[in-house]
Amino acid sequence: MIKRTIAVLAAGLSIAGAGITAASAATLDQVKQRGVLHCGSNPGLAGFAVADDKGQWTGFDVAFCRAIAAAIFDDPNKVKFSPLTAKDRFTAVQSGEVDVLIRNTTWTMSRDTTLGLNLGPVNYYDGQGFIVRKSLGLKSAKELEGASVCVQQGTTTELNLADFFRVSNIKYEPVTYASAVEAVKAYDSGRCDAFTTDASALYAERLRLTAPDDHIVLPDIISKEPFAPVVRHGDDQWFDLVRWTTYALINAEELGVTKANVDEQLKSENPEVRRLLGVEGNFGEGVGLTQDWVVRIIRHVGNYGEIFAANLGTNTPLAIDRGLNNLWNNGGILYAPPIR
Amino acid sequence: MTTTGETTNGRTTVGPIAFVRASTVPAQKPPVLVGGPVAWVRANLLSSPLNVLLTVIGLYFIYLIVPPAVRFLLVDAVWTGDDRNACLAETVGREVGACWAYVGFRLRFFVYGAYPDGELWRANLVFVLCLVGIVWLLSTRMPRKGLGAVYFFGVFPVAAFILLYGWPAIGLRRVDTSLWGGVVVTLVLAFTGIVVSLPFGILLALGRRSRLPLVRLVSVIFIEFWRGVPLITVLIMANTMLPLFLPGNISPDKLLRPIVGVALFASAYMAEVVRGGLQAIPKGQFEGAQSLGLNYWQLTRLIVLPQALRIVIPGIVNTFIGLFKDTSLVSIVGIFDLMRTIEVSLADPRWSTPVTAPTGYAFAALFYFICCFGMSRYSIAMEKRLAAGHDRQGTVK
Repeated sequence: MIKRTIAVLAAGLSIAGAGITAASAATLDQVKQRGVLHCGSNPGLAGFAVADDKGQWTGFDVAFCRAIAAAIFDDPNKVKFSPLTAKDRFTAVQSGEVDVLIRNTTWTMSRDTTLGLNLGPVNYYDGQGFIVRKSLGLKSAKELEGASVCVQQGTTTELNLADFFRVSNIKYEPVTYASAVEAVKAYDSGRCDAFTTDASALYAERLRLTAPDDHIVLPDIISKEPFAPVVRHGDDQWFDLVRWTTYALINAEELGVTKANVDEQLKSENPEVRRLLGVEGNFGEGVGLTQDWVVRIIRHVGNYGEIFAANLGTNTPLAIDRGLNNLWNNGGILYAPPIR
Repeated sequence: MTTTGETTNGRTTVGPIAFVRASTVPAQKPPVLVGGPVAWVRANLLSSPLNVLLTVIGLYFIYLIVPPAVRFLLVDAVWTGDDRNACLAETVGREVGACWAYVGFRLRFFVYGAYPDGELWRANLVFVLCLVGIVWLLSTRMPRKGLGAVYFFGVFPVAAFILLYGWPAIGLRRVDTSLWGGVVVTLVLAFTGIVVSLPFGILLALGRRSRLPLVRLVSVIFIEFWRGVPLITVLIMANTMLPLFLPGNISPDKLLRPIVGVALFASAYMAEVVRGGLQAIPKGQFEGAQSLGLNYWQLTRLIVLPQALRIVIPGIVNTFIGLFKDTSLVSIVGIFDLMRTIEVSLADPRWSTPVTAPTGYAFAALFYFICCFGMSRYSIAMEKRLAAGHDRQGTVK
């Protein structure tokens, strides 16, 4: 995507700045002292970060910020969201303007190694997908022989598209547009057989079509776009806290600990649940918090599955399938290290 | 003409003259073909073959644009509803135009952003105070303009700041600027820009014409620097790069940075507009004033500026309007002005339909148009009032 390209350029320009603040340590202490978590978020991405009619932030990424705040303060509202554009986002982390960036940011090697940042773990596995008319009766992107595909110009999406069809040895006709909006409009008006962009965005774009139910998102994913939280280099304790918050959410789903039953689960006999909720062991202190840190997270924001269902799942207008983002023992690839 | 008169005491008195009218004949309307609407059409629209052609082309464009626009914005529009289903053609069962229900649902967000619910009265009070100031200053009938100016340029900004930002000491909860949004932010940006740029621009213009080399140099450098960089560069520098140059614990407010940028930027443009007016004042005015013994500031304040500013009213208002519209650029650096709030709300799946985005942008266009058109009309009225003693050629009647 263009935004992403610009982001890399902008970030490249600001590498010089990375060194200046890399040494700032003890983010957790600063956050505690300040009484509020500064979280970088997307200014508006359906399902991931959306301001509601009162300006309150909701969404999948937003819930992860709230989870961190809940772990620290026992209050998911002690977050100040800084909506960041693609090009601002890394500088905002580097300069300390935000403590953590959870903004559908693809984890790539260059971002992890050259910007003075740490990324991970993945909280959403995205990838580039296709949307086509149901009437075409297609089952896979490999059947798009000779099809015309609407795509946004000058983006990695366009390059991925070319790679995919060259590797699969299929003929296709790319129809490029300067913006995603134009590309969707062209697809809607019948100019192309398919439209391609990140799969999570496809579901949102689908709602903008005249008759959304006449279109389906093909199961093929032709690129890897793992989204991960971002923190600064130089504060491993804080990085641990951010990482293990994500892991705790995934583990909680795996162990069946939900918002509704978390208090019951405190009495559970299952040693894994007991360790997760801090009934046994003292794992919360390892990340600078108290042992019941996960209880606070789950009580306020729920587990990974609940967050997904509330913001992206089949009961929302987006209706995104869990797919890769299912647990490892449920057909997906979400796999969190155990708490022990 | 002879009179039938008699001579008394050597004077001739004149009797009634039967065939001369005693009263004026009431004026008759000109024939319809010369003065009526038909004549107007003939004179203005159909006076030559070229004009006939242009009229036809013009009418064709109106036909092309106006009916579909009215259809989309009014006839086919959806006025009520709770979510996207209200604005989907398939659920409504007819073609759907603008989805005003979405604007209604989001209006609070468009006007106040994330400003806390319980504190909305503070923003409303600021709107009212602002309106009072505008009416006071702009209406010709209101008294005590001097006091009005002090209120508008001195008291109001401070009061507005305290109200919006809060002052815990007097019981007003602090509302972080990150929660401000929508029309509030757009007006704060535009108002600060306008209030700062006019006086600052006048000073810079005077400075640039000053005989003191240092003052002149500083003014020239300032003006040329700010005119030489695009506003968007200024904003990106302020919001993205500035934090990198400052030590970690110093972080100027994220809204303050673009406000300062916009105000300085507008000042440079204002300075050049005012300088144009200063240069149009004949040398005789300066010499006349000096011969009366006025010093520099008296001469500037009493003789030069009143004339110069009157000349450049169109230019000043032009700069204001440009500034007002330029405030929408801050949306690029993540400030929640009206444009940004609209764009953000477009991401909400609850309302995403094919017509949501056009409706949102139509709403923005309407808001900006009303504001800018208002400024423009006011400036024309002002010009007329100030030019009362001059006709259009600028000669004294």
